[in-house]
Amino acid sequence: MSALPTTLTLGFRRGRLEIRQFLRQRESVVFTLLFPLILMAIFGSVFTGKISNGVSFSQYFLAGMIASGLVNSGFQQLAINIPMERDDGSLKRLRGTPMPVASYFIGKTILVMSSVLFQIFFLLIGGLLFFGIHLPTSLNKWLIFAAVIILGTAGSTALGIAFSVIPKSGRGASAVVSPLVIVLQFFSGVFFVFTQLPHWMQQIAAIFPLKWLCQGIRSVFLPDAFAQSEVAHSWETGKTLIILAIWLIIGIVLSIRTFKWNRE
Amino acid sequence: MPLSFRISISQWQDRRVGVIEVRNLRKSYSSVQAVDGIDLSIEQGEIFAILGPNGAGKTTSVEILEGFRRRDSGEVRVLEMDPAIKGRSAREFRDRIGVVLQSTSDAGDLTVSETLRHFSGYYSKPRDASEVIESVGLEEKRDALIHTLSGGQRRRLDVGLGIIGNPELLFLDEPTTGFDPEARRSFWELIRTLREAGTTIVLTTHYLDEAEALADRVAVINSGKILEIATPANLGDRATSLARVRWEVDGRMCEEFTDEPTAVITRLSKEIMGEIPKLTVLRATLEDIYLEMIGEVSGQIK
Repeated sequence: MSALPTTLTLGFRRGRLEIRQFLRQRESVVFTLLFPLILMAIFGSVFTGKISNGVSFSQYFLAGMIASGLVNSGFQQLAINIPMERDDGSLKRLRGTPMPVASYFIGKTILVMSSVLFQIFFLLIGGLLFFGIHLPTSLNKWLIFAAVIILGTAGSTALGIAFSVIPKSGRGASAVVSPLVIVLQFFSGVFFVFTQLPHWMQQIAAIFPLKWLCQGIRSVFLPDAFAQSEVAHSWETGKTLIILAIWLIIGIVLSIRTFKWNRE
Repeated sequence: MPLSFRISISQWQDRRVGVIEVRNLRKSYSSVQAVDGIDLSIEQGEIFAILGPNGAGKTTSVEILEGFRRRDSGEVRVLEMDPAIKGRSAREFRDRIGVVLQSTSDAGDLTVSETLRHFSGYYSKPRDASEVIESVGLEEKRDALIHTLSGGQRRRLDVGLGIIGNPELLFLDEPTTGFDPEARRSFWELIRTLREAGTTIVLTTHYLDEAEALADRVAVINSGKILEIATPANLGDRATSLARVRWEVDGRMCEEFTDEPTAVITRLSKEIMGEIPKLTVLRATLEDIYLEMIGEVSGQIK
C-alpha cells in the first residue's frame, strides 16, 4: 500500500490549485495585482512635490503602497474569503479528506506570496516608468527588503487565517474586516508620514505589525539620512524583523489552535 | 476435538468485526440530548439507511461516525479506529472513508476533471479520475466549470469526490435531494455498483422509497434513540401487518382489515356475483410504518 503524500507536497498542490482558482476570476486578478500601482497613481497625482532632500512623495509612499497591498491580499482577503469557504461547505468537504490542515495553510501562503510578488513587480515597474522612483542599489537593502516582505506576507497570511474565525458568516465578514484594516492602515502611516501622526496613534500602531512593515520597507527605499526622521531616529531593522517574526508566530499558533472547518 | 472446534468458531466470529460498532453513544448540546444512547453494528458491504425526522439526531450521529464531531460518551469503532482520533492516525482514517455531505455550493472556478484529479492526490490509493468521471456519468461535463453544472450534475460530482479515494466506507447524506426521478434511478444504480465492489455505505435520507430501493437494513431514529433496526420489508410489523381490502357498495367505500385478503375477495365476489366495484388491496408501505413509528414516539412524549 502506497503511503499518503507528505504535508509539504499537498501544500504545494493546494497552492497551485488556489492560484489557478484565483486566476480564473479575471476582474479581481487585475484589480488585486495592480492595487498598489493604482494607489501610487492616485497619491502620485495628488502629491506632486518633494518631501525633502530630493525625495518625492511617490518615493516616500512606496512603502505604504507595498504594505497596503500585502495587508489586503493577505489578512483582508483571507479573513473575508475563508468564512465564505466555510459557509459554502468547501472547508467541510476538505475536512473529510486526508489532506492535513497545514497543507491548506501552506497553499494559502503560496497564493498570497505569489500575489504580493507580482504586485511589487508591477508597482516598481510602473513607479520607474511613470513616477520617477529610485530603486536601492546595495545588496544589503535588497536582502532586508526580501526578509521584511517574506516575514510580513507570511504574518499577514497567518493572521488572516487566525482572524477568519471571528466573522459570524461569509456575508458579514467584509463589514467586520474592512474597517479594521482601513483604520490600522491610517494609524500605521500607510497614507501619511508616520511621524506627523498624533503621538497616541503612533503608540497604538507600534503594537501591530503593519507599522513595522512600513518602517522596514521605508528603510529600503529611502536614503539613510531619513532614518533621523523616524520615531527612534533609526530604522530599527533588527527590532522590525523580530516584531514581524513574533507576529508571524502568534498568527501561526492562533491559526492552528482556533481554525474551524465548519460553522457550528 | 469439540473444545478446539468451539475455539475456532469464536475466532472466526472475532474476525467478523463490523465496519461500524457503536455502543451507548451520547451527545448533548447545552440542554438538548441530541443522541441518547445509540447502539449500532454495520457490516462490511451493506447499505445501511438511517431514517428520522429533522432534529432526530441523525446528522449528529453520522457526524460523530465521520469524525466531524466529538461524542460525550459511548464506544465508537469505525473501521476498527476511533473517529475522534487526531494527528497522523486521523489522516489514515480519512484515507479509508468517503464523505458526501449535504448540498455544498463551492465557488466552482475549476473544471470537473481538475477537481477530481486534485482530490485524488490527497489519498494513498485513489481511483483513477477518468474512471470516476465515467462512473458518475459526467463524461460530457469533464471540462465544464463546476458553477455551470446543474444541481443533479453537481451532486454527481459530490459523489465522485466521495469515492475518488477508493473508500472502504462511504457516508451519503441526503444524496438525491433535488434530483428528477430519472436521475435518482441512475444514481441508485451507481450506489448498487459500489456495494457490489464491497463498499459499505451509510445513507441518511428523507426519502423512504430511496431507503426501500437501496438499503439492506434501515434504522429509524427519533429523539436521539433508535426505535428499530430491520430490513425495509420487516420494519415495524410490516411483514405481518393486516392487508386493507377496499371496495364500493352503492357509491359508498367500504374497507376491511384482514390477514386473509384472498378469502375476503372470494367471499365478496360470491356476494356481489361478478366484478367487485373499485376493488383494491393495500399493504402498509414503508412510509406508513415509518410515520406510525415516529407518531407513536411523539405521542409518548406528550
